[in-house]
Amino acid sequence: MCACRCGIRVHVDEQDGRSAVRYIEGNPQHPLNKGVICAKGASGIMKQNSPARLTRPLRRKAGAERGAGEFEPISWEEAYATLAARLAAIRRMDPKKFALFTGRDQMQALTGLFARQFGTPNYAAHGGFCSVNMAAGMIYTIGGSFWEFGGPDLERARLFVMFGTAEDHHSNPLKVAIAKFKRDGGRFISVNPVRTGYSAIADEWVPIRPGTDGALLLALVREMIEQGLYDRDFVARYSNGGQLVIADPASPRHGLLATDEGADPVNPLYPQDKLWWDRHSGRAVLSHTPGADPSLFGDYRLADGTRVRPAFQLLADRVRPHTPEWAEAITGIPAATIRRLAHEMGVTARDEKIELPIAWTDCWGTEHQTVTGNPVAFHAMRGLAAHSNGFHTVRTLAILMSLLGTIDRPGGFRHKAPFPRAIPPSAKTPTGPEGVQPDTPLAGLALGWPGSPEDLFVDAEGGPVRIDKGFSWEYPLSVHGLMHNVITNAWRGDPYRLDTLMIFMANMAWNSTMNTGEVRRMLNDRVEEGEQRGEYRIPFIVVCDAFQSEMTAFADLVLPDTTYLERHDVMSILDRPISEFDGPMDSVRVPVVPPSGECRPFQEVLIELGSRLKLPAFANPDGSRKYRDYPDFIVRHETEPGSGIGFLAGWRGADGAKSLRGEPNPEQWQRYAENNCVFKHELDPSYCYMRNWNRGYMEWAQRARLRRWGDPILVHLYSEVLQRFRLAAQGKWPGRRPPPALAGRVATYFDPLPFYYAPLEDQFTDKAKYPLAAITQRPMAMYHSWDSQNAWLRQIHTHNYLFVNPRTAAASGIGDGAWMKVESQWGSVRCMSRYSEAVEPGTVWTWNAIGKSPGAWALAPDANEFTRGFILNPVISDTLPGGTSNSDPVTGQAGWYDVKVRISPA
Amino acid sequence: MTTKQLALVIDLNVCVGCHACVTSCKGWNNAGEAGPLTDQNPYGADPSGTFFNRVQTFEVGEFPKTETVHFPKSCLHCEDPPCVPVCPTGASYKRAEDGIVLVDYDKCIGCKYCSWACPYGAREIDESQKVMKKCTLCVDRIYDQKLPEAERKPACVLACPTSARLFGDIHDPESEASRAIREQGGYALMPEWGTQPANHYLPRRKTEKHLHADELVRHDNPLKVDGKLPRPDAGEPALDDVTSW
Repeated sequence: MCACRCGIRVHVDEQDGRSAVRYIEGNPQHPLNKGVICAKGASGIMKQNSPARLTRPLRRKAGAERGAGEFEPISWEEAYATLAARLAAIRRMDPKKFALFTGRDQMQALTGLFARQFGTPNYAAHGGFCSVNMAAGMIYTIGGSFWEFGGPDLERARLFVMFGTAEDHHSNPLKVAIAKFKRDGGRFISVNPVRTGYSAIADEWVPIRPGTDGALLLALVREMIEQGLYDRDFVARYSNGGQLVIADPASPRHGLLATDEGADPVNPLYPQDKLWWDRHSGRAVLSHTPGADPSLFGDYRLADGTRVRPAFQLLADRVRPHTPEWAEAITGIPAATIRRLAHEMGVTARDEKIELPIAWTDCWGTEHQTVTGNPVAFHAMRGLAAHSNGFHTVRTLAILMSLLGTIDRPGGFRHKAPFPRAIPPSAKTPTGPEGVQPDTPLAGLALGWPGSPEDLFVDAEGGPVRIDKGFSWEYPLSVHGLMHNVITNAWRGDPYRLDTLMIFMANMAWNSTMNTGEVRRMLNDRVEEGEQRGEYRIPFIVVCDAFQSEMTAFADLVLPDTTYLERHDVMSILDRPISEFDGPMDSVRVPVVPPSGECRPFQEVLIELGSRLKLPAFANPDGSRKYRDYPDFIVRHETEPGSGIGFLAGWRGADGAKSLRGEPNPEQWQRYAENNCVFKHELDPSYCYMRNWNRGYMEWAQRARLRRWGDPILVHLYSEVLQRFRLAAQGKWPGRRPPPALAGRVATYFDPLPFYYAPLEDQFTDKAKYPLAAITQRPMAMYHSWDSQNAWLRQIHTHNYLFVNPRTAAASGIGDGAWMKVESQWGSVRCMSRYSEAVEPGTVWTWNAIGKSPGAWALAPDANEFTRGFILNPVISDTLPGGTSNSDPVTGQAGWYDVKVRISPA
Repeated sequence: MTTKQLALVIDLNVCVGCHACVTSCKGWNNAGEAGPLTDQNPYGADPSGTFFNRVQTFEVGEFPKTETVHFPKSCLHCEDPPCVPVCPTGASYKRAEDGIVLVDYDKCIGCKYCSWACPYGAREIDESQKVMKKCTLCVDRIYDQKLPEAERKPACVLACPTSARLFGDIHDPESEASRAIREQGGYALMPEWGTQPANHYLPRRKTEKHLHADELVRHDNPLKVDGKLPRPDAGEPALDDVTSW
């Protein structure tokens, strides 16, 4: 398997008794990429042989400054001994002083397990600064999201609308699907400030101002409702649009869904006790009462006099002022275009319906002879997510998709196992500081899905327990953590200081951090007074990476990771497997060449440390080592003793005859290796659609233990979860309430209905002075900062330009190709301009992470990446005036694309 | 004219400019018979190496009516290749059996006449070996009987995620490549040079949607069920009030 998720075939030569990679190609037998490969994958040989490889454990030389990159090699035994002693002492005193943050999400099942077993809450992968709004906004609305969680069904879609996507997690399958979709005559519309990559082949490009997609989406939702283009049958039965919301501002239950107190909730955690106003009988009935049909509009009173309104009515009221003309002023898209887009979506969904002859039964027992599809599909990525208003923007997109009746239906959006999940998913963090105890595993997961203020991870005063302030009142639904806050918070000692910060494969001293210059200073800053005078403010930094990045230079201890060609790995069903629409699928990576130098896989480091620290999951009761190595761990580890659930779903059971659940199989790795490293469970066709409400699927998923509960997952057009937090902020919630300083913020942003607000940074920006938006895109031929050490790929992107619309550039007196300055209120960068008609005039942009810091990545001192390349990060702030993070107030997603700049010749 | 003429047909309608073809070509040919494809200054200033295939990106039109075009370019294997007659040593030649234009490295003296003669800039001198190199249509794999038949194609064709690269005999009217050229408006680059490039390009094609006003209002509009289609109040004036028969 390649560095991401595609299958590859690696041709290896034996030279002087050593294996060397000769050629890499796509594996035609692999279900994900079916033989195709991307530019990065096809250049794997140069990654493998890069001079920037780290090959020995390194210790910062005594007396050398952090960042200077002066190291001395040490043995693994010394590295392990140093680390184990340090970590054991931390664990004994206060486990939260150890923080583990990783750049990769695809190893979370193991990294998360390690952190939890260690007992620290301070763990996350990079989702918080990547695209958590995309995950949270959709999962809190439809129980699933894009990328590994689900995606557009382009096999059957007729209209495909893509928002703000340059490159994707799932890039080869997406490219395959878009090309096929276009050849089949589908219509492709791209909404993006910039026309590159995928947008280049769109039938229509709709340029938009960055950070305003929420306004466009609200106007589209409005048109859908005003024109009657919503799928009423779908909304009434499969969303909470028909459920009644208490409309009594004086009541402590204002804004919650009205319930039938006498009804059987079925599952108290996700009670099915809500009410409809039945339009046939003209009275309130239990939701989904056979024969009833909910009124979507109206204003009613329950028998006890409580005033209630259908959630759909509240949504309609919310969007009514958001006319296309209103959105035009914000987005720059002509109102007529917005109207036309809405009508195209609505009419295509309604008039080009698909009926598949697949019988299925819904969760309320109604049998359906066919599966219906409304063939309008969407996709989105950081363009929507990486703004401080992104959560509500993404939620609005999920609502639009739902009104069109496209959720888990052919031609629309489809889930990938193990999704759909309950709203919210049932994984939870501890709820207070008592969940962190010396020498004890964490009393919950480090990352979870809060459903109410009671699920927050805060102390008695409402203050954060996590170093990144995740799951606190500042960022209550920070379901992927806030890696971008860690260094700044640890440096400030806010909420406390760390002892050891371990970073795996994340370039936090360069392109993966906001405010790069300051962060580099913080990493090298020392305590000025008191007992610890002269010590680093972040006392010990461990970095594990395969390459010498900007970040490794700041480490006290560098652990050389293997490449993806040198190790075992799993795309686990416990994490983000490679499932497709028609069933769960997981995969493995097996080593094809031996490790370079003394490299060891990060997974082995964790197994080794877990064993030395005698963490319960990695040690026998007598303290002895439980697992020989990572492959042994993968085969034998079970989520609970005897659960039959492990990291890999395929070929379980002693003889390999079981799947999904079954006893450990010692031959499991061999079986995967014999089967293109992939396991797939193909679902019965009747379980492949409408899974939120599909009884057959739910029962299967419960049997397979993909899900604990089998309750239907209604689309949350109206988010009662958000309303619970708002009630708390308004002092009406019976439980936890936010600290007074944050009450206004929570009350504003925890709106149960989607809304648009200008990104937070706009509130602090003089837009006359800084009129332009500045954004980045990820080039298809580079994996963030990772590929400038690759001799082939760096010939494609040797240095970058700032792309500026010629009219915008000319107005500032900047010539094409000239040196220029791009400046925000936070900082400035010198760069070279490139005129482009493919960017809307209010935006400037560049490719992400092409510019490098001198000395890094084993490039020569005069490499173009240093002399001409640049990164935009120094003009982006990680903190807003007042001290909060430059992040979404709901999820903590980093607001990368909110910065406003001005440009001038330089 | 050769009886058989192998060629690439590149579909600009689906090319997203991902460069998979560029590095897959480099990977195969660097390791294969046409290799090595050397790199100069690979980790220093202005790195520059030999590639048989590159993707150029350009823009057409003015904002907002801008098209961004990704344009993969390699040797076009002209039917009348100007690079061949100018070669003083006979190193540059066109194969009779399949029309592939090749360079015999053993005969090439690196004089660059061929690259001056090529109007498409498709040839690149290998600065290390000082011989002219260019696309071979992966001649060392397309006839390789050890490979499954489906894989006897140029590396760029197998790699391309959008299957934007068709490969076949354009003298065979039934080939996929010929059909695509015929039916989808395939064109050759700069035909005025008379080189008759074998490689062709397929143009962008737009899918549009035209809505009729009556499609917005239909009998099954859910606003009827939801009681939201506007109905005038019975008390408003009507013809009934002013006429009698």
